[in-house]
Amino acid sequence: MSLLRVEDLHVEVDAKPILAGIDLEVRAGEVHAVMGPNGSGKSTLANVLAGRPGYDVTRGCVTVDGEDVTGLEPEERSLRGLFLAFQYPIEIPGVSNMEFLKAAVDAHALGRGEDPPSAVEFVKRARAAASRLALNPDFLKRGVNDGFSGGEKKRNEILQMLILEPRLAVLDETDSGLDIDALGVVADGINAFRDVGNAVILVTHYQRLLNYVVPDHVHVLANGRIVRSGDASLALELEERGYGWLDA
Amino acid sequence: MSEQSNELADLVGAEHAATGREYTAGFVTEIETDTLPPGLDENVVRAISGKKEEPAWMTEWRLDAFGRWQRMRTPRWAHVQFPDIDFQAISYFSAPKGDAPKSLDEVDPELLRTYEKLGIPLHERARLAGVETAAEDAPQVAVDAVFDSVSVATTFKERLAEAGVVFCSMSEAIREHPELVRKYLGSVVPKPDNFYAALNSAVFSDGSFVYVPKNTRCPMELSTYFRINAENTGQFERTLIIADEGAYVSYLEGCTAPMRDDNQLHAAVVELVALADAEIKYSTVQNWYPGDEQGNGGIYNFVTKRGACLGERSKISWTQVETGSAITWKYPSVVLRGADSVGEFYSVALTRNFQQADTGTKMTHIGPRTKSTIVSKGISAGRSQNSYRGRVRMNPGAKGARNYTQCDSLLIGDACGAHTFPYIESKLPSAVVEHEATTSKVSDEQLFLCQQRGIEPERAVAMIVNGFCRDVFRTLPMEFAVEAAKLLEVSLEGAVG
Ligand SMILES: Nc1ncnc2c1ncn2[C@@H]1O[C@H](COP(=O)(O)OP(=O)(O)OP(=O)(O)O)[C@@H](O)[C@H]1O
Ligand SMILES: [Mg+2]
Repeated sequence: MSLLRVEDLHVEVDAKPILAGIDLEVRAGEVHAVMGPNGSGKSTLANVLAGRPGYDVTRGCVTVDGEDVTGLEPEERSLRGLFLAFQYPIEIPGVSNMEFLKAAVDAHALGRGEDPPSAVEFVKRARAAASRLALNPDFLKRGVNDGFSGGEKKRNEILQMLILEPRLAVLDETDSGLDIDALGVVADGINAFRDVGNAVILVTHYQRLLNYVVPDHVHVLANGRIVRSGDASLALELEERGYGWLDA
Repeated sequence: MSEQSNELADLVGAEHAATGREYTAGFVTEIETDTLPPGLDENVVRAISGKKEEPAWMTEWRLDAFGRWQRMRTPRWAHVQFPDIDFQAISYFSAPKGDAPKSLDEVDPELLRTYEKLGIPLHERARLAGVETAAEDAPQVAVDAVFDSVSVATTFKERLAEAGVVFCSMSEAIREHPELVRKYLGSVVPKPDNFYAALNSAVFSDGSFVYVPKNTRCPMELSTYFRINAENTGQFERTLIIADEGAYVSYLEGCTAPMRDDNQLHAAVVELVALADAEIKYSTVQNWYPGDEQGNGGIYNFVTKRGACLGERSKISWTQVETGSAITWKYPSVVLRGADSVGEFYSVALTRNFQQADTGTKMTHIGPRTKSTIVSKGISAGRSQNSYRGRVRMNPGAKGARNYTQCDSLLIGDACGAHTFPYIESKLPSAVVEHEATTSKVSDEQLFLCQQRGIEPERAVAMIVNGFCRDVFRTLPMEFAVEAAKLLEVSLEGAVG
C-alpha cells in the first residue's frame, strides 16, 4: 500500500486557485523530488499536506497509510507521521529548542499510548541529533530559531525530523541557503533518516542536493499541476535546460 | 488567514469560562455568618471597630479616614471601564459566627475543609499544595488565613515567636502591639492617599501583621491566604510588614473567591517598611474570580500597595502574578528614601475574556544611589484590555540613582488590547533611566509550527506564555513558581475539544 496518496487535489488560498489537480503516490522507502519554477505551488502542496489553516481543499483528497487525512488537524497529521520542514522556519523567542522538542516528543509518545521519555534520556537523544548535524549543544538551550542564521534554521528543521522520526518527511527547500559543508551535513542527516519504512519528499530548485540524496522519482510542478514526472535523470536534464522546454 | 486568528481568540476566550472548569476555586462555603447589613456611615465604621474590640485611638483613626473619604471622588484615570459602584449596597463586614478561635483545634471544620480544598494547609505538618514535586525537606510555610472580614487561623506562631518574629492578624496586632501599629499604620500609605485607600482606612477588617526584629532572618516563608466567601460583601484587608534593621522576610499572598454573577469589591492596603539593611520580598499570586465569558461578575481588585525603603541599603521586591479579577487596578510601589536602597517590581498580568487590568508600579527615588528595576509582562487574550502604567521619579536628592524598566506585552488573538503608560519624571542629570518595551503576538505561524510538530494549540499557547514570563517566575520562591506556571496554564485552558 502507498504511504501517501494525493488524488485530484485542488486547493484555493483566499478564493484564489493555486493547485489544480495534483496526483501523487509515494511508497515507503522512496525519495521523491518536487521541482518547478517560483510560484508554481510547491510550498502550497507541502503546506496543504500538513493541514495548514487557510489552504482550502476544494476537490480531491490526501490519504496517509490508506486513511483520509484531508479533514484532520495539523497536530493529528503530525501524530500520524507527517513532518514538514519549513521553507522559512519561524522563531519562537522565549521557548527553548529543548523545551519545544520535548513537548513535541511527549505529544508523539502520548499519541502512541507510550510514556514520554525521561528528561535524561531525551537530552541524550537531542544532543546526539545536534552533534550529527554539527550544531553546538548550546543551540538546544536557545529560543526556537531565535537569532539563528538562515542555515542554522534549516539544520534545526532536520534536527527536529531526526528526533521525531516521521513516516513521511516533506522538506521544503531545506537545501536553500546552506553553505557547501552544511549541505553535506544536512544530506547526511537525510540519508541517515531514510529507511524502508519511511519516505521523503524533497522540494528543491537545485541538483546539488540530489547528488547526495538520489531521488527515485522527480516531479515538475507548474501552474499548480504536475507537468512531468521521471526518474533522477529528469532533474539533471532540468539543471541543463531549465523549465522552458516543458510546455506547461 | 484571519479565520485562524479568530480560532485562536476563541481558544483562550470563550467556552471554557462557561463550563467553569478552569476556575476551581469558585465554590461557596456554607457557613453561618455574622454580617453587617449593607450600607456605610459613621455608625458602620464604629460597629466594625466595636466588633473588633478596638481601642479608642483606632476608632478615631478610622472615623478620620471616613470623613476624608466622604470628601473624595472615585478616580477615573485608569484605563478601565465599569459602572459606578454603589457603596451603600455593599456589606462591610462578614465573619463566620462565634468567638474567634484561640487555637487551630477550635477552627470550624467547615473552614478547615474550605482551605484544604483550596490546597492551603491550616495545620503545621504539611506544605503548600501543588508542590508534590518539591523535595521532602522543602521549607515549611506559615499561613494566615483571612476569610471574608476576619483572620480565622495563623499557623506556626510559636515557632516564629521563638525567632522573635511576630506574625498575626491585624486585629490581634492592634491589641498586642499597639506601639508598632500606631507608629507605622498609614505611614507608607496615608489615609487620604487615594479614594480606595481612604475607604480601606475607614472600614478595613483584617489582614496580616508581620514584624521581624533586628538582624533576624525570618525562619520560614510567611503567607496570607485571602478568601472572599460571603455574597454582596466587600473585602478590605490591611497588611503591614515591618522589617527592622538587618532583617529579612519573604511573604506571599494568595487570593480566591466563589463564582458569582455580581461584582464584588476588594480594596486592600498593603504597607511595607524596611529599615537599614533590611529586605522584604513580597510575592502575590492573585486568582480572584475573573467573571464569566460574557464579562458578568468577578472581583474588582482596587488595591494600594506600597513599600518604604527607609533605611540605607534596604531592599523591597514586589513580584506579582495576576490572573484573576474582573478589573485589576494596582501599582505596588517603592519609596526609596534610604541611600543605596533598592526597589524591584516583577509582574505578570494575564487578562482574557472581558477582564481589564491597569497595573504597574511607582518607583520614587529620594536617596542617593538608589536603584530600581521594573520588569512587566502583560498577556492579553479574548477581548481583554491590559495596561502597564508606571512612574519613575527622580527627586533632586537622588544623585546617581538608576532605574531600568522592561515592559513587554504579548497578544493572543485580534480582539484584545495592550497599552503602556510609562511616566518618567527626572530633572537630575546624574540619574539614569532606561526604558525598553516590546509588543509581540502569538502568531498563527508559531501555532502552526507547534501543531505541525504534534503539539496541541492549547499546550503551545501555554508554552509560549510561560517562556514569555520566565524572567518574572524566576523571582518567585521555587514552589510558588511552579504554582504560578500551573495557574497560567489553567487560566489559558481553552476550547479545543
Ligand atoms: N496566502 C496566499 N495568498 C495569496 N496567494 C498565495 C498565498 N500563498 C501562496 N500564494 C500564491 O500561490 C502561488 C504558489 O505559491 P507557492 O509558495 O506554493 O510557490 P512555490 O512553488 O513554493 O514557489 P517558490 O519556489 O518561490 O518557493 C504563488 O503565486 C503565490 O503567490
Ligand atoms: Mg516555496
